[in-house]
Amino acid sequence: MNILVCAKQVPNTNEVKIDPVKGTLIREGVESILNPDDANALEEALRLKDQYEDVKVTVLSMGPPQADDMLRECLAMGADEAVLVSDKAFGGADTWATSNTISAAIKKAGSFDIIFAGRQAIDGDTAQVGPQIAEKLGLPQITYVQSFELDGDTVTVQRQLENGYEVIRVKTPVLLTAVKELNQPRYMNVKGIYDAYKKEIPVWGIDDIPVEKEVVGLKASPTKVFRSFTPAPKGKGVMLEGPAREKVANLINNLQKQHII
Amino acid sequence: MFEKKHELLRKLVREFAVNEIAPYAKEIDQTGHYPEELAKKIIECKFHCVTIPEAYGGCGGDTRSNAIVTEEIARVCASSVSQIMPNSLSGTPLMLFGNEQQKQKYLRGMAEGTMIGSFGITEPGAGSDTASIVTTAEKDGDDYILNGRKCFITNGPVCDFITVFAKTDTKAKGVSGISAFIVEAAWEGFSRGKVEDKLGIRGSKTCDIVLENVRVPKENLLGREGQGFKICMATLDSGRITVASQGLGIAQGALDEAVKFTKERIQFGKPISRLQNTQFEIADMATKIQCGRLLVYDAALKKDSGKPYSQEAAMAKYYCGDLCNDVTYRALQLHGGYGFIKDYDIERMYRDARIVSIYEGTSEIQKVVISGHILGK
Repeated sequence: MNILVCAKQVPNTNEVKIDPVKGTLIREGVESILNPDDANALEEALRLKDQYEDVKVTVLSMGPPQADDMLRECLAMGADEAVLVSDKAFGGADTWATSNTISAAIKKAGSFDIIFAGRQAIDGDTAQVGPQIAEKLGLPQITYVQSFELDGDTVTVQRQLENGYEVIRVKTPVLLTAVKELNQPRYMNVKGIYDAYKKEIPVWGIDDIPVEKEVVGLKASPTKVFRSFTPAPKGKGVMLEGPAREKVANLINNLQKQHII
Repeated sequence: MFEKKHELLRKLVREFAVNEIAPYAKEIDQTGHYPEELAKKIIECKFHCVTIPEAYGGCGGDTRSNAIVTEEIARVCASSVSQIMPNSLSGTPLMLFGNEQQKQKYLRGMAEGTMIGSFGITEPGAGSDTASIVTTAEKDGDDYILNGRKCFITNGPVCDFITVFAKTDTKAKGVSGISAFIVEAAWEGFSRGKVEDKLGIRGSKTCDIVLENVRVPKENLLGREGQGFKICMATLDSGRITVASQGLGIAQGALDEAVKFTKERIQFGKPISRLQNTQFEIADMATKIQCGRLLVYDAALKKDSGKPYSQEAAMAKYYCGDLCNDVTYRALQLHGGYGFIKDYDIERMYRDARIVSIYEGTSEIQKVVISGHILGK
């Protein structure tokens, strides 16, 4: 069974800085990590590998050359192979252009029974790339997967909803996006790290994958960033203590003082 | 000095140490009990068998890797270093002098996490003066009969086997009559003393090992007869880098605590980190720690490159032994009264540091080694 995991290297910060001119992320000077939801996606793939002998797990990422570091981490956790899709031509892509690139790269990488992706990346928070890849590959998709079971070629998952979940059964091949409740990602291990650096991670550029040049990168992206800014932090709220009656009186008093009511 | 794999390894150990070990550090110190779950997790990440060759189930890692793992673990919990002892004292004699059969049994056992090893040279009357050991190994047919008492044995209370140094030739003068044996704890005549009540590294269990007519088959002679002192010295040479890394880690951990505390502690209307005394102390500690770090990784790199490293390892051990005592003292001082209370981690670190300039060769012995290299013996 072949499993593909889509992973993204993201800046490890809640204060993602944005280039005010281009409207894209500034990656320099920020520690980069494996996107947390993608770690859950990888973990679920690795659990299948622990369970069944014939499972091969490939991790694929689109990103700048330094995403190699993150892919080594995926290998050190236990993935068999990794591929980096990287080219200046892919840079600045929105989700539409990104999924064009990634789905083309997946076609080149082979055929897969299950494609796992994270729900969303902590830098962009769109949750669009996974579903778009499924569309472009003509695969069924289930998003927000919080539990997963495989029986032969039948996948049964719980799809997370706001106040519960739905149970969905589907035949492979399928694309699933993972939420953090799905599992607890494992640590790398020392031996895995050494092995990860013995492996080759191929880098595929625009000429290596079956994609038209007009549908990738910043120029092909229909999303135009009009303006981006960091919202000013709100001040600390005031907590009112005491019994309900006192709190309400206090609240009204405060609101009146500030001429809100 | 470092390769990419070392950087990723440090990232892993640091994350693991902070998330998994640090929450237990206080409990481990107070109870002297090491949580089984945590020991298991350390084994799953293979921190315990970094340097054991792949052929025996280990990672085949280098000295720098072992130093990184030791440093980062000691940074949050010095006691936990005893959990990765196969990388040094319990594994090195086998790695350097074991035959195939011994390696397959004992090295593999440790790598797979089914065996705990230890190392027995010190005796009540033979510490720094190794030559004066009185444990004996008398030949009896194909076996040896061992008698004696070893003391201060790290992991003694839990070990499955121990490398014991004993005199096979009692008439030989000095160190020439010493041989090394792998002795299993299950064998008749093997017993353990009470668990020592120590000042620091209380989560690392220590006791005496007593051998009374223990019959050891000749297959368990390590190396050749009379080679014991050489085995011992080679093991300690390499072990010094590990202990130095432990001292370095303790010092770094103490500095971390001092930085955290002095930024939060308000006196004279501002955090004490804004006082020049604090700033100079922090600068001084950080500079010394960097010196220690360079000494440790220089020795480790020399060893990894196949160059002589005995003098450098002794310097690193000597320096980092003093370093962690100095830095924990000063970091505790910056905590004021709070540093004297067990609620604060610095109190534990201060006690843990004390052993580093003592075990696996005191600072004074390191100076003997260093000056020996410089002046000639």
